[in-house]
Amino acid sequence: MIALPPSFDANLAIDIVLLVMLVVVAGGIVRTRNLLAAIILFGIYSLVSAVWLVVMDAPDVAFTEAVVGAGVSTIVLLGAILLTRGEAEKPDWRRLVAPALLCVAVGGLLVYAAMGLPALGDAASPANAHVGRAYLEATPRDIGIPNTVTAVLSSYRGFDTLGETAVIFAAGIGVALMLGFGPRASLAAPPAVIGDHHIVLRVAAKFLIPLIALFSLYVQFHGDLGAGGGFQAGMIMAAAIILHALVFGLRETVAAVPPRVARGVASFGVLLYAGVGVTCMINGGGFLDYDFLFPPAVEKQIPGWLLGDPDHAHHWGQHFGIMLIELGVLLTVAATMVTIFYGFAGRTVEAAQREARR
Amino acid sequence: MGDVLSWAGGGLVIVGVALSVLGAVGVLRFPDFYTRIHAASITDTGGASLVLLGLCLIAGFSLVTLKLVFVWVFVMLTTPVAANALANAAFSSGHKPRIGAFQIVRTDERRKTPRGADQS
Repeated sequence: MIALPPSFDANLAIDIVLLVMLVVVAGGIVRTRNLLAAIILFGIYSLVSAVWLVVMDAPDVAFTEAVVGAGVSTIVLLGAILLTRGEAEKPDWRRLVAPALLCVAVGGLLVYAAMGLPALGDAASPANAHVGRAYLEATPRDIGIPNTVTAVLSSYRGFDTLGETAVIFAAGIGVALMLGFGPRASLAAPPAVIGDHHIVLRVAAKFLIPLIALFSLYVQFHGDLGAGGGFQAGMIMAAAIILHALVFGLRETVAAVPPRVARGVASFGVLLYAGVGVTCMINGGGFLDYDFLFPPAVEKQIPGWLLGDPDHAHHWGQHFGIMLIELGVLLTVAATMVTIFYGFAGRTVEAAQREARR
Repeated sequence: MGDVLSWAGGGLVIVGVALSVLGAVGVLRFPDFYTRIHAASITDTGGASLVLLGLCLIAGFSLVTLKLVFVWVFVMLTTPVAANALANAAFSSGHKPRIGAFQIVRTDERRKTPRGADQS
């Protein structure tokens, strides 16, 4: 047995290993001229930072990082690379001097600023002492759900989350306006005689896609209790659809989830979210004040046992409101990602056809 | 009893980690693409399975065990398929496995021949 020094801290060792891996992967991304390798390294970077976020006790953020960074954005970037060249040009070093100096200066400032940060988990730090503490204390009383992160995101700061959902929707619209809404995707050639050598992939995908979709719903409805929520669930749902497109060909997916439907669902999600807010206003509360989601006459009819604990009956509006707006987030995120994917994939189809004509 | 299970679980985790390290060494040292996939899939299947089994034993029988079993099923479904897809894609795009007696190629010679070119 190796005797460890008494000051040895296993968490610190894991932190250091993970951060060193991040730096090495980042160095690899900077060094490589092969864009395909850079994209894969980006995925690895996201995965490692997700692991690091778990170590930092931030599973919600880690979840998002793993799904968005390592999953869907890798696919979108791969779609983009099909439209361009696979190699980056070797830059002239003289043009790199100014950006390098800027990076070093900003990095130095950040390191200097980080010295002034309170220790991780310091209960006396401003973030934990005032707002964070107020949320932690008020959530069981006001909202009645175990996951404070979800309570903060979707109830206390529901308006911010509505803004984020709208941003995702707007980003999807922007990409679609540039690359097309995806009607080109339906022009995709029938999968060029896939042949039997892909049978393992197809059988496995057929088995996995429903499981991934089911897991997405679990993440969605488990968001009140543990890590998860609409953003992560939406990304996982989009991943299931994109996997279908990758394995069975774009044409099949466009037949199953037409671009029109994806567009409609994306806007319906935002509408559902905002509609919940307006309903609360109609019933006499503020915008997105879920306590007023149901008129008092309806709320009295809801039996307490429905939520397991009779005391929690007054949280019915909060529970239901959070569930509805998370559903809106799920629909918008999933449909927007699919729309973006269709945009890229449709362009790829077009480029392939142009290539074939030449 | 719990102590025995923890020790057995810890042992399995260590064996799994050892397999993972072996897989990583194989990825770096093996001569061609297909043997490297083989080494990588040892990490994915053998290493991950043993680590998950060890964690099951350490966790005791609870909901966590069930979740670990789900993770294991998912890993066993995806990683062999991923290895198969990689090898399949490489083979159908004309990447020939290196066949024949093992020969040590000096680094400077290896640089001259492009990756995956036939060495015969």
